[in-house]
Amino acid sequence: MGFGLPPAVLTAWLLARTRFPGRPLLNALVHLPMVLPPVVTGWILLLVFGIHGPVGDVLLRWFGVRLAFTTAGASLACAAMTFPIMVRAVRLAIEAADPGLEQAARTLGAGRLDRLLTITLPLAAPGILVGAVVAYATCLGEFGAVITFAASIPGETRTLPLAIFSVLQVPGGEALAARLSVLSFLLAMAGLLVSEFLGRRLNRAVGR
Amino acid sequence: MTLSFALRHRFPAISLDIAFEVPATGVTALFGPSGAGKSSVLAAAAGLFRPDECRLAIGDEIIADTRKQVWLAPERRRVGLVFQDSRLFPHMSVATNLRYGMRRAPPGDIGFDDIVDLLGIAPLLARRPHTLSGGERQRVAIGRALLAQPRLLLMDEPLASLDAARKAEILPYLARLHAGTRLPVLYVTHAFGEVAQLADTLVLLEAGRVLAAGKLEEIAARADLPTARRDDAGAVLEARVLSHDPVRRLTTLGCGGIELLVPLLATPPGGRLRVRVPAREIILARPDGIAAGAAISLHNILAGTVRALAEDAARRATMVEIAVGGTMLLARVTPDATARLGLTPGSRILALVKSMSIELVDREE
Repeated sequence: MGFGLPPAVLTAWLLARTRFPGRPLLNALVHLPMVLPPVVTGWILLLVFGIHGPVGDVLLRWFGVRLAFTTAGASLACAAMTFPIMVRAVRLAIEAADPGLEQAARTLGAGRLDRLLTITLPLAAPGILVGAVVAYATCLGEFGAVITFAASIPGETRTLPLAIFSVLQVPGGEALAARLSVLSFLLAMAGLLVSEFLGRRLNRAVGR
Repeated sequence: MTLSFALRHRFPAISLDIAFEVPATGVTALFGPSGAGKSSVLAAAAGLFRPDECRLAIGDEIIADTRKQVWLAPERRRVGLVFQDSRLFPHMSVATNLRYGMRRAPPGDIGFDDIVDLLGIAPLLARRPHTLSGGERQRVAIGRALLAQPRLLLMDEPLASLDAARKAEILPYLARLHAGTRLPVLYVTHAFGEVAQLADTLVLLEAGRVLAAGKLEEIAARADLPTARRDDAGAVLEARVLSHDPVRRLTTLGCGGIELLVPLLATPPGGRLRVRVPAREIILARPDGIAAGAAISLHNILAGTVRALAEDAARRATMVEIAVGGTMLLARVTPDATARLGLTPGSRILALVKSMSIELVDREE
């Protein structure tokens, strides 16, 4: 999620505040992981970032980084899956920020990047944060894309639902599965509550 | 130095063709009904809207000239804009708001403390915008625009969203500002009271055209313009206090070569102020109609010449433009009176003005 947020903010800003020819295409592309079966997303990641994929090959040979079937790979899969959620949340937040304030900043001498950093993003901060927290909670529950791209290696790429699924495959694993499910429930609840709380605090900070 | 502005643009509903040249110091009011193009002028001057053709120059500094492909982005123009809805940044304190433009501008001669003082906003500095009243917000917005060291200040109906009490609260600050800076100001409004109080120069707009532009004194006294069709039509005169007579409780004002007696004022002799002579309060008489020293309560009997007449059919009235001394008056009388006196352009006439009907326009200088 950490490395999903900056590109998500950038993409959301592009979609919310600029008009360019490829915009509908980018919009569709961003939302693809949400409608595509997660297994397909994972497989596409494997094709691109796998050790024989165009990007994975370069990463491995030049930087010695392998993503497929590693913890980093699991994170990448999560990031890809939650990207649409983050972009949507951030985009709504940016669109809700009054463009009149950006105009005012312009007449006061603030350039494009300056305005983004001092006006638009601070005003959108509550939305961005809520998006990030919800995305984090969703990450914990990621299944299909992770198992396809990073497999289910205990202690490395095994997410909660993968763990629950694998203990359920073993006879007598129901008790452990139940405990893991409770944990999953608690994490999800905590994530939602934290996002609600922080969102409200930040909203007050930006004077709403 | 002059400020020259020209704009040509075709909107689907209206086409604008607006050009004027006004002195580069003092306040120029852009006055007209909504849809006249006032706000387009400001948006183009600020660079937020790019018309088909536009030129803006202050003296020989060219800020925009689309024919020569000169079009500075708003952030590089150093043209300040005060919006009707103040647009303070909600996530910053008043002080941070004030400094936002200042930090991004080259150092200039408009100082932080001076502006805070001038606008009376020192007690607000630590507060957040959403805790301020409408009038306070607007004062902060004006300060913020000024501290960005603009070459030109634009004000888009800065008082329109305020109630009468708040307007009265903020107008003295604007008048002080007007007296304290040499910055050219374009002030959009559809409230004639603000024009009378603040403007030096008036540009009258209607349906995307300039009807008239010139000194406020000259435009306000014209019989043929829409300003003469207003209830509060009348001449606006720049006056100087000549002398006080505490016994008679009268003050003599000198305005462009004529003298007016008004109820005793507090302004010391030599002080400048602005008075309004409402058109409906003026009585006209033939030169021989009133004997000097007649037993009449009236103080101000001014000999003048009729310059122009215009019908105001809706009011069953005639507007009479009169040259007196070096200035002008505007009178509203019935068409019957005009006929009985046989008024035509060039007629010699006496304008009778009650001392009590002369209105003082609040202005600190």
